[in-house]
Amino acid sequence: MSGADGQVRAAMRLTLKVWRQADRKTPGRMVTYEAPNVSPDMSFLEMLDVVNEDLILGGDDPIAFDHDCREGICGSCDLMVNGYAHGPRRGTTVCQLHMREFADGDTIFIEPWRAGSFPVIKDLVVDRGALDRIVAAGGFISVPTGSPPDGNAIPVPKDDVDRAMDAAACIGCGACVAACPNASASLFTGSKLTHLASLPQGQPERDRRTMAMVAQMDAEGFGSCTNIGECSAACPKEIPMDVIAQMNADVRRASRRAR
Amino acid sequence: MGLLSPSRTRWRESDDSSMLVSGAPDGPIADRWDEHKFRMRLVNPANRRRYRVIVVGAGLAGGAAAASLGELGYNVDVFCYQDSPRRAHSIAAQGGINAAKNYRNDGDSVYRLFYDTVKGGDFRARESNVYRLAQVSVDIIDQCVAQGVPFAREYGGLLDNRSFGGAQVSRTFYARGQTGQQLLLGAYQALQRQVQAGTVTVHPRHDMVELVTIDGAAKGIVTRDMIDGTIERWSADVVILATGGYGNVFYLSTNAKGSNTTAIWRAHKKGAFFANPCFTQIHPTCIPVSGEHQSKLTLMSESLRNDGRIWVPKQAGDARAPDQIPEAERDYFLERKYPSFGNLVPRDVASRNAKEVCDQGRGVGPTGLGVYLDFSDAIQRLGADRIKERYGNLFDMYERITAEDPYTVPMRIFPAIHYTMGGLWVDYDLQSTIPGLFVAGEANFSDHGANRLGASALMQGLADGYFVLPSTIGSYLATQPMGKTPAPDGAAFSDAEKAVRDRVDTLLAIDGSRTVDSFHRELGLLLWDRCGMARNEAGLDEALERLPRLREEFWRDVKVPGSGAMLNQGLEKAQRVADFLELGELMCLDALHRRESCGGHFREESQTPDGEAQRDDERFTYVGAWEHGAGPSEPVLHKEPLAFDYVHPTQRSYT
Ligand SMILES: Cc1cc2nc3c(=O)[nH]c(=O)nc-3n(C[C@H](O)[C@H](O)[C@H](O)COP(=O)(O)OP(=O)(O)OC[C@H]3O[C@@H](n4cnc5c(N)ncnc54)[C@H](O)[C@@H]3O)c2cc1C
Ligand code: FES
Repeated sequence: MSGADGQVRAAMRLTLKVWRQADRKTPGRMVTYEAPNVSPDMSFLEMLDVVNEDLILGGDDPIAFDHDCREGICGSCDLMVNGYAHGPRRGTTVCQLHMREFADGDTIFIEPWRAGSFPVIKDLVVDRGALDRIVAAGGFISVPTGSPPDGNAIPVPKDDVDRAMDAAACIGCGACVAACPNASASLFTGSKLTHLASLPQGQPERDRRTMAMVAQMDAEGFGSCTNIGECSAACPKEIPMDVIAQMNADVRRASRRAR
Repeated sequence: MGLLSPSRTRWRESDDSSMLVSGAPDGPIADRWDEHKFRMRLVNPANRRRYRVIVVGAGLAGGAAAASLGELGYNVDVFCYQDSPRRAHSIAAQGGINAAKNYRNDGDSVYRLFYDTVKGGDFRARESNVYRLAQVSVDIIDQCVAQGVPFAREYGGLLDNRSFGGAQVSRTFYARGQTGQQLLLGAYQALQRQVQAGTVTVHPRHDMVELVTIDGAAKGIVTRDMIDGTIERWSADVVILATGGYGNVFYLSTNAKGSNTTAIWRAHKKGAFFANPCFTQIHPTCIPVSGEHQSKLTLMSESLRNDGRIWVPKQAGDARAPDQIPEAERDYFLERKYPSFGNLVPRDVASRNAKEVCDQGRGVGPTGLGVYLDFSDAIQRLGADRIKERYGNLFDMYERITAEDPYTVPMRIFPAIHYTMGGLWVDYDLQSTIPGLFVAGEANFSDHGANRLGASALMQGLADGYFVLPSTIGSYLATQPMGKTPAPDGAAFSDAEKAVRDRVDTLLAIDGSRTVDSFHRELGLLLWDRCGMARNEAGLDEALERLPRLREEFWRDVKVPGSGAMLNQGLEKAQRVADFLELGELMCLDALHRRESCGGHFREESQTPDGEAQRDDERFTYVGAWEHGAGPSEPVLHKEPLAFDYVHPTQRSYT
């Protein structure tokens, strides 16, 4: 294999330690696999595909993992790689991580998201339904189809919409929860709240939304935020911690106004 | 039904045109949709909760439809294969969404968007549908803005627009490079609101594997729970399929790994006609394949062609690094062949020409399947900062995947399958040939003809979901007995469930020697070669010889480990690939029968003296809608004639 620079990139031999778990109830364990012929141009998931092809041909159950778009936007993929959510490269989902980040002879640990609110379904696949329920609790603007004013009826300052967009970039992968020592979903919830609170359309339901989403987040058993910042460091979209500050400010605002 | 045999007796042609009644109203085109809506039957608000609606798919089309129907008060069940509706592949759309708002005062109008779409579709779409699409496009933007979609704005606070895909007007709305994501999240949030309200139930990780019909009408589906393998039956008064495109039939495409044809293919086998399956779109600017392991292709926004120059070496087999090839030994082939459009020729033209130079041995990169997209002139002219401003995120993405820096080394690009214009045939109400089965979004064939314009798929998905189905579904349900949803226990349901169980058991029992992916790759390569960017009779004939053998080998030699009663991703894939193997054959047949070039379908036998696509309006101004035959190899072709009362057919020309 050679790049456009003409340089030959040699195949690598890697050892994988992978979490295998048959289903929700059966206890899991780490299993070792050899990956003898990994191209540096492969994505991390393509590397797993190749390992799985061998497992299948050997009659073994392939490693289950979630993935879909493989371009860093759907939020399906969710692996802990060597203890990091989505692996070592900043601002990168594991589907966009390439094997050239690793060296020949490396041992790589691959585990599922670890959080009480994300139970393991099988191997590396977890249940992230709690995040959908937080959105259902209030993460929307109530506009039935067909009733809106013209799109340009309400001007929105560019800075506000940019701030909304920064927060709305969240892909809902759950890396923030997985990375947080408290398994808090504050970055996720704060992102949605900040997105909608930055826009004029989001104002009428702002207090209600804030209280409902935060209450659901607690009800799902996510931990509290203690400002450690692992969430933002692990976030593939690099969503800043400010969204959590915004959430906290909005909770205070809503409680004050409810009095 | 006449028994004609055009090339060989691979298909039959129906002379009974009564099967395909579009139901498109007459009268002045601008009034048709309003008139039609006025004539529709209505369901009393108090009675709506007594009707059950199944929506398969939660992308832009399905998500918008389900949310809107829930708001109206119907009882809605939504199914998707991902773990959340927010992950549908609509999420990946980057560029933007068209709407005829004319906010720029640059001469745009509903009529112009209609005109451009009919012309862009190379005169193979239904005028009434396209006009309606252009009409409701303006409502879509209003709806999305109200939902909080953070579309780009100008300093004055008003919405920004850009021109997209060579359009002469700026009618594309966008949210950075994540328009699809933001539109989908808008629909998803509206959907979750209905979940909270109790009108909608979402069933994630549920694969639809069979459609159920009773007395010819769609009344339910069978799903496989992807967590524990449970096969379940669901009944309803109406079924909507919004399951996206079938581009993954080519194995490598810009679709998500799970994108599939299973839902619409199962419906096809139960009687829904499949229209124009050979109309597929190939996007010219994707990152090239890097090796055997390649699992999907990544799209780079088309906007790159505004500043990048496409070239290959003049000499075949020239292995020098790009900066070692002097200007005089480079061939800027698009600029050379199409002096007035240059690098901005339409997608199909750019793609075909890239293939041609690679076929001549002039392709670049390790595999020889690539052409350069070079920004060095633009960087010199505008400075690296300006280029970074315009394309920074794309350059970063490219660098992440290839480890090459496009600021200093020309990008390498190659075409990839991106969109499928074909899909289940639907009438003006989006109802298929199975009563009570409606089809929306990329899964249907409507609106784009033989070629889709950039930024128009998002528009169509949302038009179908927010504005068309909420009216037409009500009109259909008004004809159905209220509160009489069949229980899912009759013979139709048990037969459908049994068929699913048998298929699963068979796949698991084969225990052969080849993986599902190896079959999928072989199928994809064959279609890419024979039914891809350019098609000819000999190639299609060959594919039609090989496909049944490949399918037979699959059912004899595939290996799917594990059991049915567990999370089994291999089994999910095997079921999808089994359906792709059948669909691939129908695509080749459709491509073989259509002996003209139009839109994305280029038949080598039908070209102008200078090598451009040559339509044959005399013989092919129709929608080719296929009825599933008794055996897989003898489908029946039905034709829906197309009339162009407003936009008069002209040949495209870009030279
Ligand atoms: C990379 C990329 C970029 C694009 N960029 C643009 C752009 O800039 N502008 C534009 O207009 N268009 C663009 N398109 C096209 C556009 O995004 C799609 O055509 C459109 O979003 C399709 O929407 P949909 O609702 O029909 O399907 P999808 O969004 O694909 O949704 C399909 C749904 O069906 C479900 N489903 C599928 N099969 C089954 C099954 N068997 N059982 C249960 N559920 C099932 C899925 O879970 C999903 O919820 C792009 C496409 C791609 C791939
Ligand atoms: S697979 Fe979609 S973000 Fe990784």
